[in-house]
Amino acid sequence: MSDTQERVTKIVVEHLGVEKDKVVANASFIDDLGADSLDTVELVMAFEEEFGVEIPDDAAETIQTVKDAVSYLDANKA
Amino acid sequence: MRRVVVTGIGMVSPLGGDAETSWQGIIAGKSAARFVEDFQVDDLPSKIACQIPLGDTANGKFNPDDWMEVKEQRKVDPFIVYSMSAATQALNDAGWHPTTEDEKCATGTLIGSGIGGLQGIEQTSLLLAERGPRRVSPFFIPGRLINLASGYVSIEHGLKGPNHSVVTACSTGAHAIGDAGRLIALGDADVMVAGGAESPVCRLSLAGFAACKALSTSFNDTPEKASRPWDADRDGFVMGEGAGVVVLEEFEHAKARGAKIYGELIGYGLSGDAFHITAPAENHEGAFRAMQAAMKRAGISASQIDYINAHGTSTMADTMELGAVERLVGDAAKGLSMSSTKSAIGHSLGAAGSIEAIFCLQAMRDGIAPPTLNLDNPAVETAIDLVPHEARKRDISVALSNSFGFGGTNASLIFAKV
Repeated sequence: MSDTQERVTKIVVEHLGVEKDKVVANASFIDDLGADSLDTVELVMAFEEEFGVEIPDDAAETIQTVKDAVSYLDANKA
Repeated sequence: MRRVVVTGIGMVSPLGGDAETSWQGIIAGKSAARFVEDFQVDDLPSKIACQIPLGDTANGKFNPDDWMEVKEQRKVDPFIVYSMSAATQALNDAGWHPTTEDEKCATGTLIGSGIGGLQGIEQTSLLLAERGPRRVSPFFIPGRLINLASGYVSIEHGLKGPNHSVVTACSTGAHAIGDAGRLIALGDADVMVAGGAESPVCRLSLAGFAACKALSTSFNDTPEKASRPWDADRDGFVMGEGAGVVVLEEFEHAKARGAKIYGELIGYGLSGDAFHITAPAENHEGAFRAMQAAMKRAGISASQIDYINAHGTSTMADTMELGAVERLVGDAAKGLSMSSTKSAIGHSLGAAGSIEAIFCLQAMRDGIAPPTLNLDNPAVETAIDLVPHEARKRDISVALSNSFGFGGTNASLIFAKV
């Protein structure tokens, strides 16, 4: 697991209260991990905080899965 | 009108994580007041509070994780977590777990708070000032709103009846129970989960109430002496917190399922002072009218009241309330016991009225008038037994609970044995 994926997993586990082994690359925050629309807003805020990036709203909307988050953060992190 | 009884009680108080532990602490004469250690108080005039004891639920303490998922707790202020605990306790105690759609739709929630999520508002305003609007959580608003206590409880237990809330400062808990009783009496619901909750122990609140000159400031070194209703040395209230929630139920509904009944809500009276934003009206005449209205609704005379749980916050207004009660009961003063349990757990604002209503029910059940702690030197003489220092065994068939709030809002509840 990459460092980015490790940190994303940790945030997802903490915010959504799910088991770590459920947080696989293809897992969708809403469909597989029980998040609602407000949870996803907060997840994105937590990613911004952890990785020191600002994720614009249109980019945030494309982050639906763990893999989406890892790819975006790898490409944009400070 | 349909009759309304109490079939379940639940509480989180500074003396315990449940109603029975709290009551045992009250009648043992324990004080929950302590020096505040979880945030800076050196620059505050009042540095003490009665706070919820954290620990194992099995040991009578409060463990939030037993009542609400950790990820949900992070989104809300503690008053909502306290509400979840008190409501779940009350429903378990009542043995009422609606499963059919009809049962769910006949069961409602009415939990209020005086101020709501003050801690979250304080912290988020600081975050906004320091880091800007992008750092404000999407859960900031729903986690602070007062009626979200009812909201969360209804979701947890599938309660689809009236979903309501009350905000009347320190009268909130009493108004919530009284109004919920009316909803049952009028047929809008058969069962209501009702009460009040508050989590005001934070710098913003201690600073604000101190600015109103409402808090005790002379007992920072002896916190357990600070809350002393009717005593000559009283100098303000001690901040408390917690939640009290009851299950109210239509009498025939309760009987049909063989529910245990704590008592009947026979009277509820409301009034307004129309006088001042924080001070009570002259002679506490608004309080007098609230008690009078509750007695009229109950159809009882003053001599039938055995015990009054006073509003008695340990402020100058205590003796005004006493005067109003004396006028109300006249010659019956000699047979009456009246105490203030705020002497033990401080003033939990919007939760106080419902916590004290529960103490009235426990007092009736056990035949014990809880004590007024620290009443060493009463400020005025009275024929009424103010139950100084120690609990007193006595028959209590009818109990009245008073609550008065900023804004000149008064509520009295009367319970009777069934």
